[in-house]
Amino acid sequence: MNSVPRQRLVVIGNGMAGMRTVEELLRRAPVRYDITVFGAEPHPNYNRIMLSSVLAGEKQIDDIVINPLSWYAEAGITLHTGDPVVAIDAKAKIVTSASGKAVPYDKLLLATGSKPLMPPLPGLELPGVVAFRDIADTDAMLKAAEAKQRAVVIGGGLLGLEAAWGLKRRGMPVALVHLMPTLMERQLDVEAGGMLQKDLTERGLHFFTSGQTERVLGEAKAEGVVLADGRSIPADLVVVAIGIRPNVDMGKAAGLDINRGIVVGDDMATSDPDIYAVGECVEHRGQVFGLVAPLWEQAKVCAARLAGDTVATYATPALSTRLKITGIDVFSAGKLAAEDDGDEEVVFRDATKGVYRKLVVRDNKLVGAVMYGDVADGGWYFDLIKGDTDVTELRDRLIFGQSFADAGCCGGAKGSIDVAAMADDTQVCGCNGVSKGAIVSAITEKGLTTLDEVRAHTKASASCGMCTPQVQAILSFVTGADAAAPEAMCKCTDHGHDFVRHAIIDQHLKTQDAVRKVLGWKTEDGCAKCRPALNYYLLCAWPGEYVDDYRSRFINERVHANIQKDGTYSVVPRMWGGLTTPDELRAIADVADKFQIPTVKVTGGQRIDLLGVKKQDLPAVWADLNKAGLVSGHAYSKGLRTVKTCVGSEWCRFGTQDSTGLGVKLEKLMWGSWTPHKVKLAVSGCPRNCAEATIKDIGIICVEAGYDMVIGGNGGIEVRVTDPLVRLSTEDEVLEYSAAFMQLYREEGRYLERTAPYVERVGLAYIKKRILEDDAGRKALYARFLFSQSYAQNDPWAERASGGVDSHEFQPLAVVN
Amino acid sequence: MNDWIDIGTLADIPRLGARTLDTPLGEVAVFRTGDDDVFALINKCPHKNGPLSEGIVMGRKVACPLHNWVIDLNSGEAQAPDEGCTTTLPLKQDGDRLLLGLVVSTKKVAHG
Ligand SMILES: Cc1cc2nc3c(=O)[nH]c(=O)nc-3n(C[C@H](O)[C@H](O)[C@H](O)COP(=O)(O)OP(=O)(O)OC[C@H]3O[C@@H](n4cnc5c(N)ncnc54)[C@H](O)[C@@H]3O)c2cc1C
Ligand code: SF4
Ligand code: FES
Repeated sequence: MNSVPRQRLVVIGNGMAGMRTVEELLRRAPVRYDITVFGAEPHPNYNRIMLSSVLAGEKQIDDIVINPLSWYAEAGITLHTGDPVVAIDAKAKIVTSASGKAVPYDKLLLATGSKPLMPPLPGLELPGVVAFRDIADTDAMLKAAEAKQRAVVIGGGLLGLEAAWGLKRRGMPVALVHLMPTLMERQLDVEAGGMLQKDLTERGLHFFTSGQTERVLGEAKAEGVVLADGRSIPADLVVVAIGIRPNVDMGKAAGLDINRGIVVGDDMATSDPDIYAVGECVEHRGQVFGLVAPLWEQAKVCAARLAGDTVATYATPALSTRLKITGIDVFSAGKLAAEDDGDEEVVFRDATKGVYRKLVVRDNKLVGAVMYGDVADGGWYFDLIKGDTDVTELRDRLIFGQSFADAGCCGGAKGSIDVAAMADDTQVCGCNGVSKGAIVSAITEKGLTTLDEVRAHTKASASCGMCTPQVQAILSFVTGADAAAPEAMCKCTDHGHDFVRHAIIDQHLKTQDAVRKVLGWKTEDGCAKCRPALNYYLLCAWPGEYVDDYRSRFINERVHANIQKDGTYSVVPRMWGGLTTPDELRAIADVADKFQIPTVKVTGGQRIDLLGVKKQDLPAVWADLNKAGLVSGHAYSKGLRTVKTCVGSEWCRFGTQDSTGLGVKLEKLMWGSWTPHKVKLAVSGCPRNCAEATIKDIGIICVEAGYDMVIGGNGGIEVRVTDPLVRLSTEDEVLEYSAAFMQLYREEGRYLERTAPYVERVGLAYIKKRILEDDAGRKALYARFLFSQSYAQNDPWAERASGGVDSHEFQPLAVVN
Repeated sequence: MNDWIDIGTLADIPRLGARTLDTPLGEVAVFRTGDDDVFALINKCPHKNGPLSEGIVMGRKVACPLHNWVIDLNSGEAQAPDEGCTTTLPLKQDGDRLLLGLVVSTKKVAHG
């Protein structure tokens, strides 16, 4: 088939720009080249910008790999990792690697990125001094953080701040030294830089601005830094992040034209027409690069040229920056300030809300935006800047943002994001270089329906989050569904339940404070809506680790009894599967007499309710009930309530199985578990269904051939009949499948969402997939349930009646006469 | 103006929680916020007399356990759209002791 022998392409640098070029090339001309890639790092290609998130503990290395090793193999690429190229013979067209591999090429691509700028300071060679550029640096920092030593970061730009924040998140005390009086002075004006410093100071970082580092202290290892004004800062880890410079070593080796970077033309070719260069190692029209967005454009042009195109040309797009520190919103694009009399600045401040915004307008066009606090409109401003849009008509309202500006008439700008008008190759996600077309095809081909899925499959909006509104708009456009941001949990946060739950797991958040801080809660202690929800989510995510916060529970769960409208309580002991004994009944009768409990009632869940108990009597009532072997029935909890049974084969002439015995087993398995909302079960001995199993969260209906399991029923205000899930043949299977479903609901149900709406939301097909079609997954759910239960099954009454738990709850503070 | 009555220490009250005490004015709830401020109110919600001491404390507010009205601990006012006011009592900290003033405070708060 291959009549023409393939050309040989060698790529030096297995980084972001190089591999993007290869991807683009494979798309355009899949068989044109035999490709060999050399990478100095011992890793496949990964998303370097996410190293900040790895450092902060929000991502793992595995999460940030862009192309795994299998991708290279499938694409037929020969990859040499951990083997830098050391020599290029441009005449003979051969490269040689450190390990001695000599590979001839027809075309050569240089994509060697940049090197951290190291100032000429004494002591920089000491162990304990690192830069922040690659996985090895990140690992070194993480190691130091494990020992919880002190860190100094030199450099208050994007990189230095993200390093400082990551280390702080890892538990290190961190000081940051910055040469200039304000942070991020190249991206922010003085005012926004000041707000940033204030917010980060409040989060516990220490700043030494206008601080010139003179040397690193220490003999055998770094022990701190000394500033020119004589101040010294002790530290065990010194991170240098003062900037980068293009890595031109390979350009030199090939004898190419070099200025600050390897000089390339609009076609991305160097001074040698067979050698191309892309990424941070290049200089184009006098400009060098430090952000990924322009690299995607370079990759596209370079790939086109390598594929034989003769017209593709590169021009640097407008750039915007955003700091990747969770909960701190900073955005800037274009000019930071007016540069002459013709320029105009429009400023908006809301000091109490911590919001600041400055726009720079020139010739009726927006040429710059600096935002702090609320950056929701950043994308819109950036579009206006990129589009060179005439803003005369929007002028007066511009500063208040898109929705306000659009409320009036609008010249060019569109009210909502106009997905239909967006070209397929419009780049939506700048961090990961994802085009509209790529998002659309991922959604249609893979049937994606949520933002998280789109993030997982395309990486769009998964890095800085700037493009989230656009990605969301595309998603709703394609699916036709309203995929607008999910409803916020409460007024304390803009995040929805699912997002918060994922973040708790992904970012290993283990306390409510951590959740509120990291996810940027607007209130210090949350509110009556989010606190019980967070408490549950944490309890569910970290069984045995998270300590239940009784102050975040509604009164019923806090005092383990149900508050009644007159402020008294009702007490319901557990009766396993609805069974009781004469002794238990006597104990209940005695308690009712002794504490003058006015009402004794049989509940719908087959047990006995003692109503009208005074709060201060609760511990004594429980103690007496405990003595007879009675424990809490959790009639008050968002957790397992009752397992209702009929008498089944033991007594009933129709009974097919021992429904009572199975009910008891289920109740013993599940009691004490906390769930998003209350959970009720029932087991009927035959399809006559005397235990009303078809309106329970989980119902079991015994038949001759086994057990029919039904789920998602509800007898409350909105009656819902269960959906049939599966027919099982043994009791053990019933226990396993029921517990697996219970755990699935525990992990995915939103707080205060019962199984009925949960099942409707995710769909029965999904539940079948998880519980029936995935045997290993079901067993894992079951195992997680059992693990969690090993911490949950303590009788709360006993803990309070005699164990001294929360004793203050039940005693008055003082008596005043 | 009145006698201050020693009712215990700050540590007796759980942070973000409350304790109650019986007084001639009825049951009083003493709240402690996340930042260790303390407030005393008659333990009755202006809605249907729910025991506020059993509610969830958040910032300087408490959510009533019965129907979730939100009451301002400082003023006793219910948060809009609900309307009503619970009586507050003067409470001060003296060292770590808590002193309750047993007179009905006449703090007037404007309706918003
Ligand atoms: C922590 C961090 C956070 C960042 N955050 C952002 C952000 O939020 N937004 C943004 O736009 N940008 C960000 N950046 C910048 C962005 O990562 C870079 O612009 C981008 O990675 C540059 O791509 P590149 O391919 O030119 O270089 P690289 O991705 O660095 O790839 C170059 C590769 O070439 C290898 N190499 C060098 N010499 C040789 C040789 N002789 N032989 C073989 N291999 C060699 C290097 O080891 C490296 O793996 C961040 C950078 C860092 C370090
Ligand atoms: S459900 Fe069937 S087995 Fe159970 S009591 Fe009713 S008729 Fe008997
Ligand atoms: S009694 Fe307080 S809200 Fe109803």
